Amino acid sequence: MRENLLSAVQRQAMPVLPVTGADLKVSRKGRVLLDVDNIEIAGHGTTVIVGPNGAGKSLLLNLLAGLRQPDRGNVRWNGTPPSRSRYCRFGMVLQHAVLLRRSVKANVEYALRAVGHSRNEARRRAEASLGEAGMERLAHASARVLSGGERQRLALVRALATHPDLVFLDEPTSSLDPASVMAIETMVQDASVKGMRAVMVAHDLAQAKRVADEIILMHHGRIVERAATDDFFQRPQSETAEAFIAGRLLI
Amino acid sequence: MQDFAASFFEAFRLVISLDPDLLEVVWLSMRVSLSAVVMAALVGFPVGAFLAVARFPGRGLLVVTISALMGLPPVVVGLVVYMLLSSAGVLGPLQLLYTPTAMIIAQTILVTPIVAALARQTLEDLHDEYRDQLVLYGLGNLAQLKTLLWEGRYSLLTTLLAGFGRAVAEVGAVIIVGGNINHVTRVMTTTIALETSKGNLALALGLGFILVTIAFAVNALVFMSRAAAVRHAYA
Ligand SMILES: Nc1ncnc2c1ncn2[C@@H]1O[C@H](COP(=O)(O)OP(=O)(O)O)[C@@H](O)[C@H]1O
Ligand SMILES: [Mg+2]
Repeated sequence: MRENLLSAVQRQAMPVLPVTGADLKVSRKGRVLLDVDNIEIAGHGTTVIVGPNGAGKSLLLNLLAGLRQPDRGNVRWNGTPPSRSRYCRFGMVLQHAVLLRRSVKANVEYALRAVGHSRNEARRRAEASLGEAGMERLAHASARVLSGGERQRLALVRALATHPDLVFLDEPTSSLDPASVMAIETMVQDASVKGMRAVMVAHDLAQAKRVADEIILMHHGRIVERAATDDFFQRPQSETAEAFIAGRLLI
Repeated sequence: MQDFAASFFEAFRLVISLDPDLLEVVWLSMRVSLSAVVMAALVGFPVGAFLAVARFPGRGLLVVTISALMGLPPVVVGLVVYMLLSSAGVLGPLQLLYTPTAMIIAQTILVTPIVAALARQTLEDLHDEYRDQLVLYGLGNLAQLKTLLWEGRYSLLTTLLAGFGRAVAEVGAVIIVGGNINHVTRVMTTTIALETSKGNLALALGLGFILVTIAFAVNALVFMSRAAAVRHAYA
């Protein structure tokens, strides 16, 4: 069933999951920005990464996405380094998503063309995706004139339209109104129910509670705690986690 | 003073009546300068694109050099092309001196650094902005470049217009390699220079009027394309 959703190119591409990072270190000018011994993203559900500003959440996601190289250590997608051909099974909304200087629909079509769909197929799927997200009204607007909430929704629609196996979302709801936050969370949850693995950076604990199956807490470039959502909030294992939940953890 | 007034009227009449001699000169000007811009785009865009994304030793020097070449004096370019094309020069056997082709070559040399330097700046800025996003699409270098060229279309169009403006208004290079031969290599700028020195102010003024109009039109196009880009948030 789900196979039908994938393009020929996607079907040929090697799997992305599990994604692993081993011994990841990044430092700049003697300051350690990231120091993660081991991380594995596998299985199902949604992982939410939380932590104060500058904790290294974006850096970790970008390393695992193959956008940055660590000073030490390595990232593997199903055992081999991230490769160009497998990006068609992977979606990401960057913290500062770059929308193309084209219409809303053309942005989605571009993503679909990149994973190997024909022009007609891309158009059909883009229309369907925008329709599902309630954005058909904006299809012909310039992507760059959208409001903040619309922009983030488009970035998400574009990332999900290709039905990736794994999606990374870096603060996709920052500075949005509650309705837009809700719309984005619903889209992620719907995709997750259909089997997509998601990793999302959130700065809002309420949001983490709503969407996370498990939580990763980062602080000073390290993973301090990783636990199922209920355990994380009810039985934090570290003082750092307790302080963070209580809103007392500063940068 | 009366002479001047008469010249103005005569100039006006030449323009209004679409005088064939005048049209011939205008047409050659457009043909030469547009050809030069097309050639400059064919060379300058790839060079600019390559410099925008590639990193290699000596790149900085190349970037600075191309920027500096934007200010090449047209007469010097004319002189160099003249020496290449004259019968004693390496390209002498082609017998291109005093032909429109020679003028196109000279103007291409003048315009290419402008196109390359401005395109590099545009594409480098875009590349910085888009790099991660394009990697996520799994695109190869060429596909990425294609996207960047399209995303930068308004700025790149402005670049071409700037190049055309420089070419069409330039006199030093074309007069040396074209020789200003009647019905063969006379363009607007060289004809204005010649006719003024001969005292035939009417034709000079008529052409001057057209040249200024073209220059204004090019600037208006630049302005409008920027405005359109901003309006559609494509800037
Ligand atoms: N390219 C870089 N050069 C230097 N410092 C960086 C770079 N990228 C990120 N940092 C630093 O690394 C730390 C982690 O950043 P980031 O991962 O963006 O944090 P956040 O958890 O808020 O997403 C910050 O202190 C940031 O200033
Ligand atoms: Mg961040």
